[in-house]
Amino acid sequence: MNALAQVAPLTAPPIDYAAIAPLLVVLGGACVSVLFEAFLPRHQRWPAQVALSVLVVAVAGIALGVYAGSAPVAGIVTLASALTVDGPTLFLWGTLLVLGFGSLLLIADRSVEPGGAFIASAVERASVAAAPGTTTGPTGVDPEHVDRSYGAPGEAPTMQTEVFPFVLFALGGMMAFVAANDLLTMFVALEVLSLPLYLVCGLARRRRLLSQEAAVKYFLLGAFASAFFLYGLALLYGYAGSVKLVAIATAAVGTPKSDALLFGGLALLVVGLLFKGSVGPFHTWTPDVYQGAPTPITAFMAACTKVAAFGALLRVLHVAFGSTHWEWRGVMWVVAIASMAIGAVLGLTQTDLKRMIAYSSVAHAGFLLLGVMAITREGVSSTLFYLLAYGFTTLGVFGVISLVRTADGEATHLSQWAGLAKRSPILAGVMTFLLLGLAGIPLTSGFTAKFAVFSAALGDGMAPLVVIALVFSAVAAFFYLRVIVLMYFSETPEDGPTVTVPGAFTTVAVTLGVVVTLLLGVAPTLVLGWAGAGGLTG
Amino acid sequence: MNTAVMNTAVMNTAPDTGGNVMLLVLLLLPVLGALLMYPLRTNVPLAKAVAMATALLEFVLVVVTWVGYSTDAASSGERFQYVFSVPWIPAFGTHLAFGIDGIALVMIALTAFLVPGLMLFAWAEKLPEGRTASGYFALLLATQATLMGVFTATDVFLFYVFFEAMLIPMYFLIGRFGGPNRQYASVKFFLYSLLGGLIMLASLIGLYVTSADQLGAGTFTWSDLQSIAQSTPTSTQIWLFLGFFVAFAIKAPLVPFHTWLPDAGAEAPIVAAVLLVGVLDKVGTFGFLRYCLPLFPQASQVLAPLVLVLAVIGIIYGALLAVGQKDMSRFVAYTSIAHFGFIALGTFAFSSQAFAGATLYMVNHGLSTGMLFVMVGLLVARGGSRLMSDYGGVSKLAPLLAGCLLLAGMSSLALPGTNSFVSEFLVLVGSFPREPVATIIATVGIIFAALYILWFYQQTMQGPVRGNAVIRALEAGGVGGPGAMIDPAVAAERGSGFPDLTKREIGVLAPLIVVIVVLGFFPGPVLDVINPSVQSTITEVGLPDPVPAGGVVGGVR
Repeated sequence: MNALAQVAPLTAPPIDYAAIAPLLVVLGGACVSVLFEAFLPRHQRWPAQVALSVLVVAVAGIALGVYAGSAPVAGIVTLASALTVDGPTLFLWGTLLVLGFGSLLLIADRSVEPGGAFIASAVERASVAAAPGTTTGPTGVDPEHVDRSYGAPGEAPTMQTEVFPFVLFALGGMMAFVAANDLLTMFVALEVLSLPLYLVCGLARRRRLLSQEAAVKYFLLGAFASAFFLYGLALLYGYAGSVKLVAIATAAVGTPKSDALLFGGLALLVVGLLFKGSVGPFHTWTPDVYQGAPTPITAFMAACTKVAAFGALLRVLHVAFGSTHWEWRGVMWVVAIASMAIGAVLGLTQTDLKRMIAYSSVAHAGFLLLGVMAITREGVSSTLFYLLAYGFTTLGVFGVISLVRTADGEATHLSQWAGLAKRSPILAGVMTFLLLGLAGIPLTSGFTAKFAVFSAALGDGMAPLVVIALVFSAVAAFFYLRVIVLMYFSETPEDGPTVTVPGAFTTVAVTLGVVVTLLLGVAPTLVLGWAGAGGLTG
Repeated sequence: MNTAVMNTAVMNTAPDTGGNVMLLVLLLLPVLGALLMYPLRTNVPLAKAVAMATALLEFVLVVVTWVGYSTDAASSGERFQYVFSVPWIPAFGTHLAFGIDGIALVMIALTAFLVPGLMLFAWAEKLPEGRTASGYFALLLATQATLMGVFTATDVFLFYVFFEAMLIPMYFLIGRFGGPNRQYASVKFFLYSLLGGLIMLASLIGLYVTSADQLGAGTFTWSDLQSIAQSTPTSTQIWLFLGFFVAFAIKAPLVPFHTWLPDAGAEAPIVAAVLLVGVLDKVGTFGFLRYCLPLFPQASQVLAPLVLVLAVIGIIYGALLAVGQKDMSRFVAYTSIAHFGFIALGTFAFSSQAFAGATLYMVNHGLSTGMLFVMVGLLVARGGSRLMSDYGGVSKLAPLLAGCLLLAGMSSLALPGTNSFVSEFLVLVGSFPREPVATIIATVGIIFAALYILWFYQQTMQGPVRGNAVIRALEAGGVGGPGAMIDPAVAAERGSGFPDLTKREIGVLAPLIVVIVVLGFFPGPVLDVINPSVQSTITEVGLPDPVPAGGVVGGVR
């Protein structure tokens, strides 16, 4: 009786609401979005969801901007030290929000194909043209798979809007992921960001089999990766007696304990993170998922998931394992080289544009690892800058890819892009510029980013790795060049694809990608300053 | 967030307040011209006129620059003139910094001199289907702009940016307007150069990190980097040197790195080939003189024997392969490889005469090879074939053309009285005191040069009228074979099957001929501009000049 009375009253930990406002806005917005989906009549959902998503991202961005203006440089730890809001967190949040905004624009676009990329059923579209039930439809869809009909017959197909809450939840999860100060929060955030992504991968109803196969693959492999992460977490808890990143770093210093648990835990943990970041050799899901997922979702994953995964990896390696980096760096060298080699060499053999960009993202992940491995301030800032630059370029690339179409949908086979410059010089010019950006040619953001990352790596004593990375950059340049050669120097095939005139949303997204790629290549000073403001806080 | 964290490099020699904008104008004018081509793409005659006006204005401005360049100031130790500098990316310590020394001045003068003539050459060229002349001229102007940038940059980062950017317009020139095998050639050109550039980037970053160690803050300003060159350990220098060297050796090209040049040179349209071999490849040898030697002096001396071996191999090997070529464009490309060997020999012989000779050689080679390529282009325009064996006895049909070809050939084999003689002689005389063996072997190359040029002339110009292309052209009465590049409308006006030079073609060739002959007798004005900068380079390398000042350099004047 007495003992119970003596228990101190449970006090809620102090919460710095201003600091975590962007995160709260996005997650709250996602919940409202679910309610919209449940209660709004069908025809009102698309405008409501689009308006809500844009509003949420904008409000979160404003909240972020307001807080960043007065944020302490040292950063703060809040929510019972579950979240860290420091310079890198703010930069990554900003990056995620702007990239998420661009992706949402691509997702919301309905001008490129009737009903947008997320219709209820492809058969609906076929039956608009032909009498229902008489033919199998021109797209070769199995007649047995006639989905339940939505809307009035003969009406143009409408967009399924459940993708918006999914994307908002994923975005919120990513923001929590990069800010997590302990491994348990990180794991929860990992699941919050992953589960919606598994689902949205399967939403390409016009190519259901490919899309659903991608979703299942992503889910199964992702579940494995999560298990790895969790097991690593358990080992590290066993070693340090805490899941806090700082506590792990403290425990690793000057202790007589065996390192087996520490490095075993690190290895498993990092495998989970590398999987999300599609770093080779943990990349095997990437090409299939990139190809199968609806293109706007691919853009979202390529841009934002990479930011989230590398943001978290940066925090884990720098805060928890910075002091022991001599022990694990050798292994990470091998991973980085493997990733660059796999991405660059296998990218050469691809014939599908989306798969090619997937391998390119594997190669870029290898380059990013160079920055992550440099346990210096430059290492952090250069990685942050690289993530932003790469995200925008790749967003633009997928925006362009979604515009080149045949009657059967997107024309992603390389041969279909032959001679595109003749029919659509502006689109070909935009694509060329973005590809040169991915290749890292000067005056594009890709070059500035590569320069920043490589000079950070060289400054931290990784000269051989930098030389290897530059050689693989040259190899990777070949497959970007191949697309340019096809577009400009080849003859147009007879039944080539058409280039859709994009609506406002896609135009804005692609323009954003191009402008940022150019600006960060020519005048990156401001953004480099932001990326370098404040280090990681443990 | 605050931006105060950025480390602004406070250096002694990087004024950040701007300066003389002349070089900036020289850089931006062709860019403007190239951009104007887009709105003018439907009005081809106007587009051509605007492009030509831009190129002529650029040439006038370069002449003004030349007149304003003070050799006295250069002799008294002012390394760069027309200096302009503003900070670009403070976090990396880069500047938009421009400035020229005598070596850069003669290179931009060469570029500005060649481009209007090339445009005149391209005036009536028949382009591949679906390509417009405005696009062609826009790419020419873009190439010119990047060349201006690469020669005038005094910030190593900025130099690198132009060095890579230079590839893109040239890549499209070859790939869109070139010969039948153009895709292969353009991709090979791009990848080779990109690989070299990326290896250089590794060295560039290494240089930056070294400068951060020594100066406290990383910098790319050339003069700051030069000031720490002597205190950098030789072992570090060697690694950094190799990175730059590979990039420049690919660009130049020296022998094991040369295989892209015959393909690119042969498949490129003639105007692009002239710019490629005449000027763009000189960025490699220019890079040796401006970056490799002054920034890594000890490494240059340690590795000079290696470079000299490559240079001498290039002279002999290029000449031998030139003898065996059947394709005229490939032939000219291989003669260039031999000539680049001479330039590299002069550069790594470390004497003021050899340096001056190598620099002058860069200009002269641009002129004589440029003219040789133009002559090949004129032949191909008539016959429609690049094969040497398709031509014969042309001097009977087109004596003017044959005469010009002979002059171009004589200039290329360095006959006394032509421009190239002066430079080749200076290189050999200047190299002998330090490198007698290499010089003697290189001398053999002169004999080969006479062999391949005379052989080429004899096969195509002398003897009875023969060869498929010539016969076909005569029979057709107008334009020749299937690949003939001349506009049929122009050909119809001419009447004859294998016409002699037209007025426009004479207009292209006349300035070249005048300069080739004048520089053969009076190289003084050019040498006066080059010499002070060459002396500075010698000082920066830190080796004593083996030939006393006022030696042969003064005598040739």
